[in-house]
Amino acid sequence: MKTPSGHEVYGIGAEYPSAAALYEAAKMVRDAGFKRWDVHSPFPIHGMDEAMGLGKSWLSAVVLAGGISGLLTAALMEFGPSSILYPLVVHGKPTNFMTVPAFFPIMFEMTVLFSAFAAFFAVLIMNGLPRPHHPIFNWDRFSRVTNDGFFIVIEARDPRFTEMEARELLERSGGQHITIVHED
Amino acid sequence: MDGAPTAPDVIEDEAESSVEKPLARPPLVLHRRNFSWLTERISGVVEQPAPRWWWVCFTITGTIAMFGLFCLGYQISTGVGTWGLNHPVGWAWDITNFVFWIGIGHAGTLISAILFLLRQKWRTSINRSAEAMTLFAVMCAAIFPGVHVGRVWMAWYLAPIPNAFGIWPNFRSPLMWDVFAVSTYFTVSVLFWYTGLIPDLATLRDRATTKIKKFLFGVFACGWRGSNRNWRHYEMAYLLLAGLATPLVLSVHSVVSFDFATSILPTWHTTIFPPYFVAGAIFGGFAMVLTLLIPARAMFKLHDIITPQHIDKMAKIILLTGSFVTYAYTMEFFTAWYSGNAYERFAFWNRVFGPYWWYWWVGMLFCNTLSPQLFWFRWCRRNIFVVYFVCMCVNAGMWFERFIIIVGGLHRDFIPSSWGMFYPTWVDIWTFVGTLGIFTSLFLLFVRFLPMIAMSEVKITLPEADAHYGSTNGQHPAMSGATERT
Repeated sequence: MKTPSGHEVYGIGAEYPSAAALYEAAKMVRDAGFKRWDVHSPFPIHGMDEAMGLGKSWLSAVVLAGGISGLLTAALMEFGPSSILYPLVVHGKPTNFMTVPAFFPIMFEMTVLFSAFAAFFAVLIMNGLPRPHHPIFNWDRFSRVTNDGFFIVIEARDPRFTEMEARELLERSGGQHITIVHED
Repeated sequence: MDGAPTAPDVIEDEAESSVEKPLARPPLVLHRRNFSWLTERISGVVEQPAPRWWWVCFTITGTIAMFGLFCLGYQISTGVGTWGLNHPVGWAWDITNFVFWIGIGHAGTLISAILFLLRQKWRTSINRSAEAMTLFAVMCAAIFPGVHVGRVWMAWYLAPIPNAFGIWPNFRSPLMWDVFAVSTYFTVSVLFWYTGLIPDLATLRDRATTKIKKFLFGVFACGWRGSNRNWRHYEMAYLLLAGLATPLVLSVHSVVSFDFATSILPTWHTTIFPPYFVAGAIFGGFAMVLTLLIPARAMFKLHDIITPQHIDKMAKIILLTGSFVTYAYTMEFFTAWYSGNAYERFAFWNRVFGPYWWYWWVGMLFCNTLSPQLFWFRWCRRNIFVVYFVCMCVNAGMWFERFIIIVGGLHRDFIPSSWGMFYPTWVDIWTFVGTLGIFTSLFLLFVRFLPMIAMSEVKITLPEADAHYGSTNGQHPAMSGATERT
């Protein structure tokens, strides 16, 4: 989809005066059946996931996998050398699996370490970040999103998207400064 | 900061209104400040030219840091003999400083992780700077065990790396646990801190006036655009990092205490150490948080964000954890008496009346046990000077406590023929003073270059951040729905 001036259209955006207005508008956009749209705010708004029709984040599954791999890595790293490669008898204690309590602290630390890395990289990858440029930044009002601006953007690639319908919906939901955002 | 859009300056005095309604929660941000006021004020600290006092402070702390770095260089190039360590006191200021610094770090993680899990919204005003403090304290802490191994260039022996000698570290040694605990703690703290910073770096990016600033903040903000699809994963990641950091922080000082508790030395060989050390760490750490934040709050005029209520709550935590350590001190004496063990009994008698008697009377008794008792009184918790006095006492007292535990245990061994004293050299003293300089210099750099208050988090505590703010019943739909159901 192109504008008369020949720009590729990314989507249509509207600004809202408050978090509460944004929340109500998001419910309207959700109920209108749009799929490719997003809400932008300076802070996470409690209840917005439900208002947008999004489920629980599955990031926790990635972190669980990270934690399990950390635990296994630690077990391998400790018992490999201590029981097989270089059995070290200290205080006359055996080097077999029965002495596992003394290996717990490092297992615990490695579990936490790997889980934390999993959480950090998962949040970046699942969000498609780092992304140096995004069409939304072409909208000059949008820089307020990290200050006190509340926005809804409906993308042009949404199958239900028509400029008229989207604009009408955003107007009806109380949106201000409704603007066509260009791709480039 | 001028020209910032603000709400009408003083609508009503919050303090008075909370007197009228004693059960109403006082607001966390005073004077009905709005979102953009918060952005302006907090970003303004970074964006405006450094005030003169900043340069004065930085020159002083930077010079002290240089002394510390010089001493480290001298110690590494000459040998551990430049420190006053000798038989029988083989651990003294170095490990005291290590435990002191690592303990300070714990308050930052408590504020950022444990208080987050406990839904303590007041943490948002202080968590960023407390987390930064954690990182700098752990850096200072890591210097000491790193350097006291003697041949620093052999420190890679601690890592489980396959090597030509075919030898491996002893994973069952508490010192090895310590290596893993402290390095994990530092790494996870960095990840947690940086994750929290991303939305605020985006704010600075969007406000940047020069190309270089825009580029640098843009790179570190990772292209953050406040999308709710992103916030959804972000909040989950933040929650999980908090959930991971909570047992981690408890484990770190427990592992530090194992360095002592697994030995056979009287006063070290006790099972009370892990909780005792963790409580002491939080106690000392909160004192350091207040030591840094009270001046920062005054210098940058952040009184509406870090309110008397915040200081009051931190003082209460100091009182609580101070009571924990007092209980632990008392219980140590009781256990020594009750054990009937002559060495234990002597060690604790020696703590109070031995050659280091004044360390106990001043450090443990006055600074750590008695001074926080002032915080039972609301007037003391609300008086900045009293709070600052107690914090300084606790800062000093916690250093003395670690010295008493470490040197107090070592200098009077089982056999009187192996008794001795510890005398610090100038290198000992200046290495420690140097780390104070490194710590404060890093903190000064932090407040200049990064937002010292988590803007995106403080904004959530404003009433208008609620999705139902201003609606007729002001209730959550689930709650109002429940009442309608018959």
